[in-house]
Amino acid sequence: MIEIRIHGRGGQGNVAAAELLAAAAFKDGKFAQAFPSFGAERIGAPVQAFVRIDDKKIRIREDVRQPDYLIVQDQYLIDSVPVLDGLKPNGLVLINAEKRPEELNLKTTATVETIPATEIALEIVGRPIPNAIMIGAFCAITGLVSFAAVQEAIMEKFPGKVGENNVAALERAQEIMQKRKG
Amino acid sequence: MLKQLEGSQAVAEVVAMCRPQVISAYPITPQTHIVEELAKLVGEGRLEAEYINVESEFSAASVVLGASAAGARAYTASTSQGLLLMTEVLYCIAGMRLPIVLTCANRAISAPLNIWNDHQDSMTVRDAGWIQLHAEDNQEAADLHMQAFKIAEQTSLPVMVCMDGFILTHAFEPVDLPEQKQVDDFLPPFNPPNALDPRAPKGIGLYADPRFYMETRYILHRALEKSKSTIQQVSAGFARDFGRDSGGLIKTYKLEGADLAIVTMGSVVGSVKDLIDRLEEEGKRVGLLQICSYRPFPRQEVYKALKEHTNIVVLEKSISLGRGGILGSDVRWSFPRAEKKGRLISSYVAGLGGRNISLEDLRAMVARVEKEPVELEFLGLRKEIIAERDL
Amino acid sequence: MMRALASEDLYRVEKKDLFASGHRACGGCGQALAARLVADAAGENTIACLATGCLEIFSTPYPDPTWRIPFVHSLFENVAAVASGVEAAYRILKKGPVNIIAMAGDGGTADIGLQSLSGMLERGHNALYVCYDNEAYMNTGVQRSSFTPLGARTTTTPTGNTTRKKNLPQIAADHGIPYVATATPDDFRDLQRKVKTALAVEGPKYLHILAPCPLGWGHPGELTIQMCRLAKDTGLFPIFEIIGGQVTNVRKIPVKLPVEEYLKVQARFRHLFPKSGPAPEVAEIQEIANLNIERFNL
Repeated sequence: MIEIRIHGRGGQGNVAAAELLAAAAFKDGKFAQAFPSFGAERIGAPVQAFVRIDDKKIRIREDVRQPDYLIVQDQYLIDSVPVLDGLKPNGLVLINAEKRPEELNLKTTATVETIPATEIALEIVGRPIPNAIMIGAFCAITGLVSFAAVQEAIMEKFPGKVGENNVAALERAQEIMQKRKG
Repeated sequence: MLKQLEGSQAVAEVVAMCRPQVISAYPITPQTHIVEELAKLVGEGRLEAEYINVESEFSAASVVLGASAAGARAYTASTSQGLLLMTEVLYCIAGMRLPIVLTCANRAISAPLNIWNDHQDSMTVRDAGWIQLHAEDNQEAADLHMQAFKIAEQTSLPVMVCMDGFILTHAFEPVDLPEQKQVDDFLPPFNPPNALDPRAPKGIGLYADPRFYMETRYILHRALEKSKSTIQQVSAGFARDFGRDSGGLIKTYKLEGADLAIVTMGSVVGSVKDLIDRLEEEGKRVGLLQICSYRPFPRQEVYKALKEHTNIVVLEKSISLGRGGILGSDVRWSFPRAEKKGRLISSYVAGLGGRNISLEDLRAMVARVEKEPVELEFLGLRKEIIAERDL
Repeated sequence: MMRALASEDLYRVEKKDLFASGHRACGGCGQALAARLVADAAGENTIACLATGCLEIFSTPYPDPTWRIPFVHSLFENVAAVASGVEAAYRILKKGPVNIIAMAGDGGTADIGLQSLSGMLERGHNALYVCYDNEAYMNTGVQRSSFTPLGARTTTTPTGNTTRKKNLPQIAADHGIPYVATATPDDFRDLQRKVKTALAVEGPKYLHILAPCPLGWGHPGELTIQMCRLAKDTGLFPIFEIIGGQVTNVRKIPVKLPVEEYLKVQARFRHLFPKSGPAPEVAEIQEIANLNIERFNL
């Protein structure tokens, strides 16, 4: 079972990100569970969302305390929220940041990746909501869910222009990550 | 059809397929997504129903009471403070034998204010005369609603489907949703035995003096006891029609031959099953008794299931303040006096106010009760934030 | 009975941070701004009674409440009754004069809380009731209330609200209370003057404050002030006082704006402007504005 924790601020589409990953995993024929950890509807407050993906039915009901993967949608959370807590030593954290991983000086043995998701979002989607880019980068790095599945999930959840823009953002993120590998 | 969706959405879609005719609910976290989705279905014309936006839960329950008394299939949903606010009406509905279905998105009770999950709300109204069914996961939550309408209308008793707030309502997971035709075949149209109608005038909800009141309570109590067989039959029928086990009175998991029996209900069942499998790999034999129908309380079934078990731990998300575990008391009571001797029954209160219950916490509980019985323990209590004098 | 207040005291803008920064409201929250203005206008000798709602949730999370005056919160529907109890206690205990302010949103005032509000007003308790009107149940995720205006989209009125806004200032005044006022948080001086005026009156007082909600109304947080102005200048939210049953001190609109200018900038009304032209509700909403303009002589 793979466990993912998403950190962000209310309004950045954290729950949507979790649900898109879970929806994609489902389309790929896997079992997935996604849920938020906040309650009140507040923009700007630090929030978390969780995803579990497995090849068999997921029965456990608890917070993700030891994630394999972390997605941090707002780099400025790192100073105020212990986002790295519990991250598996050989895990991976993807951060929405312009800086390169080494410049962030994070104390972790896990792999750190960054991508300037907000900037790209503003360019392609027209709003500073980084989730589609973050998911795209995450997929490219981990291969945990297929691009086709994520694209389908996005178009189902956000029909029309919004969906198209988000798919474009997803593709841009994929390009960027692939360019880095190559 | 298998779909990946939010628990609230699954429940709303299934409830809509049960063709409720009057829906009235007041928004309260974490039930909101259910009522919003139903509002959407009605607004889009996909559900033909009267959807009444009311000014409080007290009125929501009162509206469905009136609707049901007038012969309509009626539905509402609430939780926590809202459920407590409608308590008076809940007693009325049961006393009037109205087959209303209510979703309780289990949540803690103020004060202090807390919007997260536990069972204090439905526990508070356990004596009101409602059938109370607890869902293990979103599949069961959806399934129980179909069964609920059928059970309610066959027994003339209101049914409360309990699903853990946030943990289930806001969990995005796979649920097999039925087709409309399957639901129609399973659940026939509502044919009320008594309805307000000038063509056949009846009075619903009279004034009963000491000569008569007691008998009404006896009849209601007996009706709840007898509903056990209806609950089992409907569950069995459901299994035939939909091909899966849902509902019923109790379920067990690896209970036979286990050295320790865990008794619990609701979503924590999932975590407990996972723990049981892990412990099995480690050579330990722990089993689960899952209570599905909390009211009527399946005393005989609980007794039969636990008869051979001498070490039992009851894990619940509720407490009777000043007394102790509620489910714990119920389980202890399930054994005739002669059979209580030599039997260790531990009581654990967990998860209040949405406190996370981890596998580590559950392991610690198992380790402890393996060594000694526990009178009453709050799982994972943070003693460090409690002042000395309050310990 | 109104105590005379020196003009300079009445019109001074107060900043005391009795409702401090560091709370958890959304950026641009109209209610947070209004609550701060109310607290500072009332001063330290004040007890706040809060109803469950956005304000309570974002201002009292343990262990960091934002209030620097004493506060009590119990439920959603009973703040006026709780305030009545506080007021009664202060009377019998003879603890001296204190400002008692009950605060609630739509639900706590006009819907689930209407019963206890009516009771407080009818019994004549010496307390101020402040309603922060953001026109829906925002705290639980934007469901309609009886304050939701005609045409507004909420999660429980997904195709647009079909009922008209309940007129609480009038209902409050019809209880025969000495002071009722409406205000918006963009005009600090006016809002605070009204709080001070209310608190100088003996008996029950009702202050109705329009509190734009960026999330629920669908506008950027930085336009909250602008939303207040548009609400006033279209005539949709008239500003007035009712003193001893008489409407007075009406704020005249300098330049009347058509309601479109207010509706078009909020996502909750966007569906009223399809490509084919404005929906019929727009004309109805304009009628509501026109009626206000006529009635209050705006």
